[in-house]
Amino acid sequence: MDRNAFTIPLLAIAVLGVYFESEQLTKPAPPDGKVHVAYWEKWTAFEFDAMKKVVDEFNKSQNKIQVDILSISNIEDKTLMAISGRIPPDVVGLYGENVTQYADSHAVITLDELCKEAGIKKEDYIPAYWNVGVVRNKLYALPSTPATTALHYNRGLFKEVGLDPDKPPKTFHELDDMAEKLTKREPNGHVIRTGFMPGEPGWWNWAWGPFFGGKLWDGKSKITFNCPENVEAYTWVQHFSVNWGASALQSFQAGFANTFSSSNNPFMTGQTAMEIQGVWMYNFIQKFNPQLDWAAAPFPAAKPNLPDPTVIDLDVLCIPTGAKHPKEAFEFLKFVETQKGLEMLCLGQKKITPLRKVSPGFIEHHPNPFIKLFIKAAYSPTTCAAPKIGIWSQYKDEITNAFSEITLMTKTPKQALDDVNNRMQPMLDQYLARLRARGEE
Amino acid sequence: MKSISRRESWAGVSFASPWLLGFFIFLGYPLVASMYFSLCDYSVLKPPVFVGLDNYKQLLSDDLFKTALWNTLVYAFFALPAGMMTAVILAMLLNTKVKGMAAYRTFFFIPSLVPQVSLAILWKWVLDPEHGVLNPILAKLHIPGPNWLGEPHWAKVSLVIMGMWGVGNAMLIYLAGLQDVPTQLIEASELDGANSWQKTRHVTIPMISPVILFNLIMGIIGTLQVFTVPYIMFPGGAPAHSTYFYTEYLYDNAFRYHKMGYASAMGWIMFLMILGLTVFSLKMSEKHVHYQG
Repeated sequence: MDRNAFTIPLLAIAVLGVYFESEQLTKPAPPDGKVHVAYWEKWTAFEFDAMKKVVDEFNKSQNKIQVDILSISNIEDKTLMAISGRIPPDVVGLYGENVTQYADSHAVITLDELCKEAGIKKEDYIPAYWNVGVVRNKLYALPSTPATTALHYNRGLFKEVGLDPDKPPKTFHELDDMAEKLTKREPNGHVIRTGFMPGEPGWWNWAWGPFFGGKLWDGKSKITFNCPENVEAYTWVQHFSVNWGASALQSFQAGFANTFSSSNNPFMTGQTAMEIQGVWMYNFIQKFNPQLDWAAAPFPAAKPNLPDPTVIDLDVLCIPTGAKHPKEAFEFLKFVETQKGLEMLCLGQKKITPLRKVSPGFIEHHPNPFIKLFIKAAYSPTTCAAPKIGIWSQYKDEITNAFSEITLMTKTPKQALDDVNNRMQPMLDQYLARLRARGEE
Repeated sequence: MKSISRRESWAGVSFASPWLLGFFIFLGYPLVASMYFSLCDYSVLKPPVFVGLDNYKQLLSDDLFKTALWNTLVYAFFALPAGMMTAVILAMLLNTKVKGMAAYRTFFFIPSLVPQVSLAILWKWVLDPEHGVLNPILAKLHIPGPNWLGEPHWAKVSLVIMGMWGVGNAMLIYLAGLQDVPTQLIEASELDGANSWQKTRHVTIPMISPVILFNLIMGIIGTLQVFTVPYIMFPGGAPAHSTYFYTEYLYDNAFRYHKMGYASAMGWIMFLMILGLTVFSLKMSEKHVHYQG
């Protein structure tokens, strides 16, 4: 018999088999009579697990709404595309710095009325965090997990070079001196350890100006990136390249790009002795180098009148425009925003809470030994947050590039800052003019 | 007869309809729409507002646009000839009669199957100045390895080198072309006393010139649209925008800065640039490309 006679029937059976199996796998779950709320979140790993617990708790608490949480990468871009395609999720977990751009684009709905009805009041929150969600006097986002930053330093390396590990730097002058002592170089200038580098981890390259008392814009219509305080700040940034060699620093830093969440993180490996980091750093130290002898302290002050500078960082929850179930989505937000919900989430992620009040035991049971320091930082007189400006993503990219030019010493700080100013001012003018034309400013 | 041909025409159109529908919905409509959006202030979420040629005028005075365009042209200027020459040389080597040739061909083709994202990560570890494998090898040869990823001019060189890694597809097309070169022509040139270089220069290259032209045009399109590898290896075009390419700026405008109108204008300029270069290549080819028969 012809062998090929079997081939086609066998192939047909295989194709049919695959078809029926895939049908089984992709079959939607039978209707359970609940409203399903689609929730997109940016977190992964333990941060996602912490929110998943809150979601599970909410789902158990009632029988009308089912929240389905999904982890999404590049959430700020993908959500926008989903909204424009009219298939948005019902709840989205964004970064605080996205709120203005989303609000100006009408991509998220206002929450003022819903919060009023639900009794969610701004007085209950730490002002710096509540304000992140407010754009042009309207509320568009509610806080989920907040953070502040502080100086993290390696006590072991302090001891190694004869510094007192209980006396971290309090001023930028002390920071510079200690950084010099902690830096190790080979005779050929090759850097093998830095005491401190302003570009590590490089997430807040825009914050050095505000740490020196500078502003990124006047809050209305003027970009002020080249103000004297900012020039002073980036002159300080450049002095590390002047002292240790721009090329040597670049080469050293290139070795640990994208290693934050790994055992190659330069702070874990002892390649950098001090760095600015957020409250979350504790989790990563525990995971990748629990033996590390480290401590956190308020970040040194650049000037005596600017004590305890810190970056206000916040993740937020929003309801996208066009969400199919906004009411049910808000029911979930209401649950998260209770003291119990936020503490469950923030303790799960080992962060601070955005609420003024904390339950008895929250601090005592918190695993981060420096949690009080991070809570106190949220009330610091020298806080800086991403400016509420709709062109912030582009502005931030420009600052990142200027930072690179400054550290590479291809431009003077003044030149680099002037260039950013000259580039961003017309963009802001145009942005505001278009908002005005639409009657939205 | 007439009705049969009409029926056949309908049948032809019907059979082609899935492709035609796809073409008009997924290519034709976006093309026309992007032309319109390029004349609008359009953030995707709000209705487009007609602004005439504002986006084009603004592009002319946009320094970052000029930087991205310059970076792209410099990259294409070096990567295109480097890639083409590598592919031709490899194809010629793989066209010789050596034992185990199938294995060699597979070996040289495999890198082009590596996904771009994996390629970017792989090369990052090869070129890393501190922990990479290339600089220690250079050090053994007493050559000081540069900071491939951190210094503006070396970053572009890195990308050109990486571009040569993925020449497998072009190489395969050249190989097919080389195998099509009539042996009688080679033999005739041998009888005339031609040496290896003369045979290559006066017989092989003219005979594969249509293939070279095809790869040149594909190369122009590919190098001017370089995106994935620099996007992953050098976020934001670091260091100091030295690796910030045209398509990255277009992507950022469209999806990160929500300036879809501005991005559409950039897309049209890129389209016209590629069209111009392709027409120029075809015109130039009239003198240099020889078609058999």
